[in-house]
Amino acid sequence: MGDKADVWQGTLALMILKTLETLGPLHGYGVARRIEQTSGGLLSLNYGTVYPALLKLEQEGSIESEWGVSDNNRKAKYYKLTRAGRKQLERETHDWKQAQAILAKFLSAEPST
Amino acid sequence: MPPKAEVLQGTLDLLVLKTLDTLGPMHGFGIAQRIQQVSQDLLCLNQGTLYPALLRLEQRGWISSKWGVSDNNRNAKFYSLTRRGRKQLREEAEGWNQMAAVINRVLKATS
Amino acid sequence: MSFMRSMRALFWRLSAFFRKQQRDAEFAAELESHLQFHIEDNLRAGMSPEAARREALLKLGGFEQTKKNYRDRRGLPELEALFQDLRFGFRMLLKSPGSTAAVVIALALGIGASTAMFTVVRSVLLRPLPFKDPARLVRLYEHSADDKFPYNQVASGVFKAWKNESHGFSDLAIVSLGAEYNLSGQSGQLPEKVRAAECSWSLFPTLGVEPALGRTFTPSDDQPSANGTVVLSWALWKRRFGGDSSILNQKIRLDAKSYAVIGIMPSWFTYPEQRVQLWTPVYHEQSAKDMEVLDSHDFLAIGRLKPGVTEAQATAELSVIVRRLHDQHLDDPFVSKAANSLPLLDDVVGDIKTSLYVLLAATLCVLLIACLDVASLLVARGAARRKELAIRSALGGSRWRLLSEHLVESLLLSAAGGGLGLLLAYAALQWFVATRQDISRIEAIDMDAIVAAFILGLVLLSALVAGIASSVKISGDQVLSALQESSRSHSAGLERVRLRKGLLAMEVGLTVMLLIGAGLLLKSYGQLRSSSLGCVTDNVLTMRFSLPEEKYAQPSQRVSFFESLLERVRALPGIQSAALVRAVPGQGYAGDSGFWIAEHPPLPQGQGQYALARWADPGYFAALGIPLLRGQTFDEKARLDSPLQVIISESFARQYFPGEDPIGKHLLTIGRRPFQIVGVVGDTRFTIAEAARPMMYFPIYTSLYGNVPNEATLAIRSSRDVTSFAVPGQKLVEQLDPELAVSDVLTMDQLIGKSTLDASFDATLLLAFAVLSLLLASVGLFGVLSYIVAQRTPEIGIRLALGAQRGQLLRLTLVDGLKPAVAGLVLGLAGAAVATRMLSSLLYGVQPLDATVFAGVPILLLAVVGIACLLPAWRASRVDPVIALRYE
Repeated sequence: MGDKADVWQGTLALMILKTLETLGPLHGYGVARRIEQTSGGLLSLNYGTVYPALLKLEQEGSIESEWGVSDNNRKAKYYKLTRAGRKQLERETHDWKQAQAILAKFLSAEPST
Repeated sequence: MPPKAEVLQGTLDLLVLKTLDTLGPMHGFGIAQRIQQVSQDLLCLNQGTLYPALLRLEQRGWISSKWGVSDNNRNAKFYSLTRRGRKQLREEAEGWNQMAAVINRVLKATS
Repeated sequence: MSFMRSMRALFWRLSAFFRKQQRDAEFAAELESHLQFHIEDNLRAGMSPEAARREALLKLGGFEQTKKNYRDRRGLPELEALFQDLRFGFRMLLKSPGSTAAVVIALALGIGASTAMFTVVRSVLLRPLPFKDPARLVRLYEHSADDKFPYNQVASGVFKAWKNESHGFSDLAIVSLGAEYNLSGQSGQLPEKVRAAECSWSLFPTLGVEPALGRTFTPSDDQPSANGTVVLSWALWKRRFGGDSSILNQKIRLDAKSYAVIGIMPSWFTYPEQRVQLWTPVYHEQSAKDMEVLDSHDFLAIGRLKPGVTEAQATAELSVIVRRLHDQHLDDPFVSKAANSLPLLDDVVGDIKTSLYVLLAATLCVLLIACLDVASLLVARGAARRKELAIRSALGGSRWRLLSEHLVESLLLSAAGGGLGLLLAYAALQWFVATRQDISRIEAIDMDAIVAAFILGLVLLSALVAGIASSVKISGDQVLSALQESSRSHSAGLERVRLRKGLLAMEVGLTVMLLIGAGLLLKSYGQLRSSSLGCVTDNVLTMRFSLPEEKYAQPSQRVSFFESLLERVRALPGIQSAALVRAVPGQGYAGDSGFWIAEHPPLPQGQGQYALARWADPGYFAALGIPLLRGQTFDEKARLDSPLQVIISESFARQYFPGEDPIGKHLLTIGRRPFQIVGVVGDTRFTIAEAARPMMYFPIYTSLYGNVPNEATLAIRSSRDVTSFAVPGQKLVEQLDPELAVSDVLTMDQLIGKSTLDASFDATLLLAFAVLSLLLASVGLFGVLSYIVAQRTPEIGIRLALGAQRGQLLRLTLVDGLKPAVAGLVLGLAGAAVATRMLSSLLYGVQPLDATVFAGVPILLLAVVGIACLLPAWRASRVDPVIALRYE
């Protein structure tokens, strides 16, 4: 509890879901690179951390995976959003926005001194 | 646990530090009340999570504590932000903003 | 929703337990493709191939690290650790097969014996009877007429009064004990004697049992004028009639009379005793007159209490009825004054309760010893690995991990021992059921899951406690001291040694108690075997028969049967002597009779005296070597209407004719007719376990109840193997009457063996337990000493190097081992002195504090323990100082 890793795990899952929604089926490397790119350099991501997160989402049924062939004829494992995943994304997006709003309001309070 | 709470739970350090920054020295119960109030009851803090967090923050030197008397003449342990705590708060807040920015970008991005 | 998601994830993770390698390979492939993508991108961005790869790996956060994180998420790391512990535990167990086998065997024996015994006790004593609402069933008794024995059987007339006048019971039933029928052979079968119960029709509804086939008796079957009806036991039906249901409503012949088979009882039903093969209606079998007798206590009565009526209330009412009958018949001293009752369950198991409890206590002792043994062996294992554990702990091995390894090891041991123990228990129970058919409710015994689980749990707990006890030492701040201690210290693991010695002392103590119990029972059994019946027992063969009343209605018919049988038997070549008697010594109580002495002043009203009664032929005493002390035997020629004669036993004469000559005096008995005393013979015992009681003998050829007895035992004595006369004897009977069946063809030794079976069985079982625990205790002692010697090898080496004598070392080590044994011995003797009191009711001719046993057991124990200590001590004395100093 109270560990930033929790926040990170939660938000990483959210970002993965969003990425898969935006780009459609994608391999792990693609997901990691995309998240890093969209952060505009704000986020330095260990690509390796994406895989346990992908696995967890798959175990929970939000995404599914399949081996396929990339544009340049390389075999790769592709992940895609399930219907349940889509719903989860909606819900988590909403929750995220709410949480963020709360935090923003909270942080804008003036110090007592 | 709903994901919302998960996120807020993860920011507990930040919430505690900010509370002490906003309200000045405060006892545990007051901190919990304040956090609950601003989180619009989405985050039901119990002492089980708050006090270990307070201890951790104190061990790291971000807050300090001393016994005092509350408004209603009760003995209570009051926590206050240290100098290093204030610095930590800035860092945490900045970290949070940064992460929020990242997430928002990802969420807003279209192909 | 969220719950479903986590459940789904859990199943996924559980399933990840399988095909691990394939999954690893798949993820490796995925990572490989990831890296390739990244490298290609980097190359496109203009990096050198080397830099491209390095950057991709860096960005990934490490290849192995990623794999590890992925694996943690994929499976359940905790579960995998457990499996790893299991594998590790197996390896550790196999590394020391000797001590592993010792623990497993100790556990198996302990669990096996106690599960079996608990099951027997639970099935026989504790489980409710299989009758409807058994708590409301009571067995009813009268007090004996002199009020000395409160559980006397019931007279038929008293039962009749109860039935008519009492209000506390919803049902009452009466059963005649020990009835037997001669079941005629059909289509070439041999005739057979079958044990039967004559019961009132109400027996079955009272108990609340239904027949398996057909019906039970109705009130109209149960009266003198009815046609003969019979209900068969399941066993008889299967054995004799092939389980053919067409036997229903067919006629069979019992004692040469015709009976219709109306029902078959279910296989479990054998009330009132195991041997009952069939039931007949008692009011049909007995004359109406016989069912109104007040002073002959021949029946078993049971009742079902009405709801809301307590046993005490109901019994009090019965007592009032008995008292009234007594007061109405003050002239008859054999009418009781009060009634009594017992819950039916207590009654059914009453006889064997004590011996079962003793066996149970013995079993608990063995279980305890096994637990102690397991504990001490595990402590030793822990000690042996202390150094290893300390090093691992110092290297940063998690203490929890080490502890869990230890626990898993204990669990593995327990599981192996427990499994083996359950098999053992099953085998032991099969054997027990097969051996002890005479125990009531033996059919109720089966392996009980609750019992097995309870005992398994108990032993597992002890193993766990031992496991924890021996591993707590590796936690805490003792790592360093453990390292120091095991590197060079003479007091190595001193505390642990003390713990083991304590455990051992307890083991030895319990063993002593068991040995003493077994010794007492064995000695008592020996006394039983050797105690004299008062007659010759070698080479005597007995067989029983009873003449059917229908066929032998006239007394003269019976007399001529007896005469011609004896005549023919005595004519067999090789026969030394032959005799007829109601019951030979050791064959049981067999009947008694009240009497008055004609020449003595009349007894106060209401006071009776009685003695055992026997009918015998004049040659009986000589044939069985019963000494004729005074007077003579019956007149050889006396027949039906000759003057009435009686012979009394020595104790009879002593008790009722003190200081006077009984010869020529008269006993008023059997219809208050005067019997002249013609002789006094030596005492014989009716059962081997009880002292001789006053006995009177009547001539079998003369008329007693205005009648001649129809039951007799033929005794044959020979100088050579008497069993070879069994078949010729039976053939002679068959020649005289082809329908007559002979039963209980037994030698006198077998007869005594039968009544001492219980004692021998208890003693044998207890002895087995004692030997078992002696073995366990010496294994434990041997283990401890070996351990101490191994630990002390460096010290011994130094001592030797400094010039100590080897003999001295031998003595030192021996004393080291014997000390806990002696402590245990003292404890055990003290415990036994208290505990053997419980045995006293099972002992015959032996005091609970028998000196021989109490002296013999310590000697035996010290001898065994000494041997167990000798080997390690000898090994210590052979230590080579050079090797010993290099030992560490």
